[in-house]
Amino acid sequence: MKDILHELEERRGEARLGGGQKRIDSQHAKGKLTARERIELLLDEGSFEEYDMFVTHRCTEFGMQENKPRGDGVVTGWGTINGRMVYVFSQDFTVLGGSVSATHAQKICKIMDMAMQNGAPVIGINDSGGARIQEGVDSLAGYGEVFQRNIEASGVVPQISLIMGPCAGGAVYSPAMTDFIFMVKDSSYMFVTGPDVVKTVTNEHVTAEELGGATTHTRKSSVADGAFENDVEALSEIRRLVDFLPLSNREKPPVRPFYDSPDRIEDSLDTLVPDNPNMPYDMKELITKIADEGDFYEIQQDFAGNIITGFIRLEGQTVGVVANQPMVLAGVLDIDSARKAARFVRFCDCFEIPILTLVDVPGFLPGTGQEYNGVIKHGAKLLFAYGEATVPKVTVITRKAYGGAYVVMSSKHLRGDVNYAWPTSEIAVMGAKGAVEILHRSDLGDPEKTAHHTQEYEDRFANPFVAAERGFIDEVIQPRSTRKRVARAFAMLRRKEKKMPWKKHDNIPL
Amino acid sequence: MFKKLLIANRGEIACRVIKTARKMGIETVAVYSDADKHALHVKMADESVHIGPPPASESYIVIDKIMAAIKETGAEAVHPGYGFLSENMKFAQALEAAGVAFVGPPAGAIEAMGDKITSKKIAAEAGVSTVPGHMGLIEDAEEAIKISGQIGYPVMLKASAGGGGKGMRIAWNEEEVREGFQASKNEAASSFGDDRMFIEKFVTQPRHIEIQVLADQHGNAIYLGERECSIQRRNQKVIEEAPSPFLDEATRKAMGEQAVALAKAVGYSSAGTVEFIVDADKNFYFLEMNTRLQVEHPVTELITGVDLVEQMIRVASGEPLSITQEDVTLTGWAMESRLYAEDPYRNFLPSIGRLTRYRPPQEVQAGPLNDTGKWQGEAPHGDTAVRNDTGVYEGGEISMYYDPMIAKLCTWAPDRAGAIEAMRVALDSFEVEGIGHNLPFLSAVMDHDRFTSGNITTAFIAEEYPDGFEGVTLGDDALRRVAAAAAAMHRVAEIRRTRVSGRMDNHERRVGTDWVVSLQGEAFPVTIAADPNGSTVTFEDGHAMRITSDWTPGDALATLSVDGETLVLKVGKIPGGFRIRTRGAELKVHVRSPRQAELARLMPEKLPPDTSKMLLCPMPGLIVKIDVEEGQEVQEGQALCTVEAMKMENILRAERKGVVSKINAGPGDSLAVDEVIMEFE
Repeated sequence: MKDILHELEERRGEARLGGGQKRIDSQHAKGKLTARERIELLLDEGSFEEYDMFVTHRCTEFGMQENKPRGDGVVTGWGTINGRMVYVFSQDFTVLGGSVSATHAQKICKIMDMAMQNGAPVIGINDSGGARIQEGVDSLAGYGEVFQRNIEASGVVPQISLIMGPCAGGAVYSPAMTDFIFMVKDSSYMFVTGPDVVKTVTNEHVTAEELGGATTHTRKSSVADGAFENDVEALSEIRRLVDFLPLSNREKPPVRPFYDSPDRIEDSLDTLVPDNPNMPYDMKELITKIADEGDFYEIQQDFAGNIITGFIRLEGQTVGVVANQPMVLAGVLDIDSARKAARFVRFCDCFEIPILTLVDVPGFLPGTGQEYNGVIKHGAKLLFAYGEATVPKVTVITRKAYGGAYVVMSSKHLRGDVNYAWPTSEIAVMGAKGAVEILHRSDLGDPEKTAHHTQEYEDRFANPFVAAERGFIDEVIQPRSTRKRVARAFAMLRRKEKKMPWKKHDNIPL
Repeated sequence: MFKKLLIANRGEIACRVIKTARKMGIETVAVYSDADKHALHVKMADESVHIGPPPASESYIVIDKIMAAIKETGAEAVHPGYGFLSENMKFAQALEAAGVAFVGPPAGAIEAMGDKITSKKIAAEAGVSTVPGHMGLIEDAEEAIKISGQIGYPVMLKASAGGGGKGMRIAWNEEEVREGFQASKNEAASSFGDDRMFIEKFVTQPRHIEIQVLADQHGNAIYLGERECSIQRRNQKVIEEAPSPFLDEATRKAMGEQAVALAKAVGYSSAGTVEFIVDADKNFYFLEMNTRLQVEHPVTELITGVDLVEQMIRVASGEPLSITQEDVTLTGWAMESRLYAEDPYRNFLPSIGRLTRYRPPQEVQAGPLNDTGKWQGEAPHGDTAVRNDTGVYEGGEISMYYDPMIAKLCTWAPDRAGAIEAMRVALDSFEVEGIGHNLPFLSAVMDHDRFTSGNITTAFIAEEYPDGFEGVTLGDDALRRVAAAAAAMHRVAEIRRTRVSGRMDNHERRVGTDWVVSLQGEAFPVTIAADPNGSTVTFEDGHAMRITSDWTPGDALATLSVDGETLVLKVGKIPGGFRIRTRGAELKVHVRSPRQAELARLMPEKLPPDTSKMLLCPMPGLIVKIDVEEGQEVQEGQALCTVEAMKMENILRAERKGVVSKINAGPGDSLAVDEVIMEFE
């Protein structure tokens, strides 16, 4: 009996070494942690329970039968983050380059199936050279099985991808279908075709970092939702993100004890909006002053800065925030910002996370660049996302809410539950200057008359009261009491029940 | 007594005057420019009058506008504060003509003392010791060079109408006279509307010590001890204290009596300050007399218990002084730190913007002000007082139009060491966000051995921080205290995280007791033992620290007791850790489990991007002039361009020899901070 117990430990020890000390050292030399080390940092100490440690591949081509490492290049199992269950897979670059075989994929599929059945997020750590070429179509079939599960799990459990090494070719499409992708600066990259192929086909000379590094994907392509300095920081920040997320669509977002009064008054917000309507201000200040303890987890910080998305807590409960940012392009809506915010709104709606919308929007960005690239359909994504979202929706208009953009930004007309406006709000079809140019075209040559018309328009429309008279604004609130009012609104909406008509699924303008 | 007082000023001094007027039951009127519509002094006053556009030259120093405001509101008296019209003879005359009381000296005294050349003559005649210098006006740079040669270098170039360091420069050679003369003249013209200049000997190893005088309209004059203002940066006072750690009783008396003699010689009434330069042998020379309330007057108030603004108002209303020289006693020690909206890490360049957070430390009354019963209240923290004179508030805007000083933080204690310690804690507790400010620098000075020893001169900052201020590196003891505090805070934060809803029953995370705190390049393994009253943090060498605190996660300010001593930390978040600021140091602190720490050691160190071959705009400002061309070779110290910010022209110079490869900005361009002005090969 003792020998058998001993043998188990020996086999485990062998499996834990992955591709051996030499490859582990080489991984460390690249500034990367090993698959198991990453799991250790991601999960609560000692909480990881590994499955399929002894799985080996079944390939016999190209002499592969001689090389059958235990675990087959991916570590899978479950554990807890601050006591809450998550499933995890972590590709092991030290074992056959983390390449994906049929069995490797099966291991991933097994925990994804468990996650869906048992209601807990899946966190995938990607560090793989790609398909295991020796396995041929078996490897591709493995990818396909994972893809299918990514799709089925979408909206059932949160799926988070961490790219901590190479992720290239078809492999990118698994993370692409998860809810969030995070990368590590300088040590991770993602692309469909690598620099060599690019060079052959299009004659472009580009490095892997330029083509698919963290900077590219957080700033240019918006494929990634964030990037971190190194593995340790990344894993610690993913733990922070998971603290915000519900375990599945069967549960409410988490609540945790908070040390911040819901009644907190912020006098400084009374002066946030400058006297000059063309002066920008930082909407992030409003977000952090509304949030519990000023804690804000921003998503896609480096992309489409004209809109801000991320998570805060109010009275300990997670709330998703979407906010126009006057500091960037005056907070205008455009293709990028609409896509960014639409995806975020839909994530929140999937997982019953209430949405707070902060509005200061002068309209949609004009130009051929926008029209040719389909701002009509992309802008419609955000409109659609807000309109179909049935979670509690609270909106605060701080300044401009002009034209179609006013309607898009979680207005009353899209079933906003509580729509507040600051006294500084201007809710109108457009700003005074533009309106006067259309309404009083004949007087344009006369500066005195134009000034008079402008004043007249401003007096009539540059305020929240016209909208409030119609009930499109539920209440005009003092900026300083925004946290209190918003917190109370969400408290009031805690048991909201609203259903959309039955359908197989909707047809959002993709 | 007056029923209504108009304050012809803004900022902290306007607020300061309003406080006393209110205490005396006098109604107050504020004046404000467009930029100050929402300013604190406007909020505090009973009434306010708009007087024009932001530039002071179109609002605060336009006599007609102030006179109109007086007429409109029926104010019976005007307090001018400092700067602006406070030493403007024409203003005093205009008030006199209108039958409105000026809370300041008679016009004749302003005239006599306002001109540095005349004042020196009068002082010499009154038996006051003076510095050698050229009394006449100087036409141009060539004449300035000639005169400087006669006096002997170093010399000081000064605007005749100057003050507050503006229009003032030290020159060590002909070249610097040539360059500085015109620059000072221009500054004088734009700041004071008077470009007359004079030159005097620059005393080396000098201390700046000034005597506060108080005189009434009945010929009585007294002195209220001295203030030491030697901690200056480019002639701008930064830290002041009273009394001076340098003066003995005999010197104090001699200086005081000369100051009183001068006041009497010019028929002075109201509060005034006679500034002296004092050399290492305690020889003192008259510098100038400021015929107004001085910025640093609170330190005198704190050690004498006299409310100087109240005395000024009483004197202006014709009351005789109620205090005699015998009544004046100096009790304890007071320190003042001037909080400037200047970024110490960027060579103290002005910083403007919105104060997203502004929380001064709690004011505490103690010391002589308490004894006289003038201010109410107990001293909860024992024998120290904290006072903050401020003109701003959270959510307010620091504009480019006015002086960058936003507050004066004062502490009082029975002795100098106590006042310094109280200042350290008060500075640590002062929260200012949204703009660059000099709090870290002030903290650094308070911890500087030479400062605490009292062995200071006006060259203290130039000598101790020759390459500018690069932040503070904490010593081992301080570092361990911060590490222990961070570990205790981290534990509290982690325990809260484990209380999130939705966790697995019976499989909760248990927060550990062993941690590794890394900060300032060092790692301290510690063990925490917590109990209901606090925690004990034990270091590897067995040394243990007892920590108690009511800090909860999210608090931006942590006040802790570490082994019974107060430690105040500003706490912020960074990915995976804390950003902690204390004692002038800014630290990235990571508290990790031993295993996390082990793995974190494997992470590569990343270097910030190389900006060494670029000239970055150090502050938001306007390019006035580009002095070089693309392809030009420049020498170290050569002027590259001039940026105007906060009405000050800042010449940016080459840090080393090089060749300009590209110029990205031109005159008239308005640049943000860190925008690239030019690049080098």
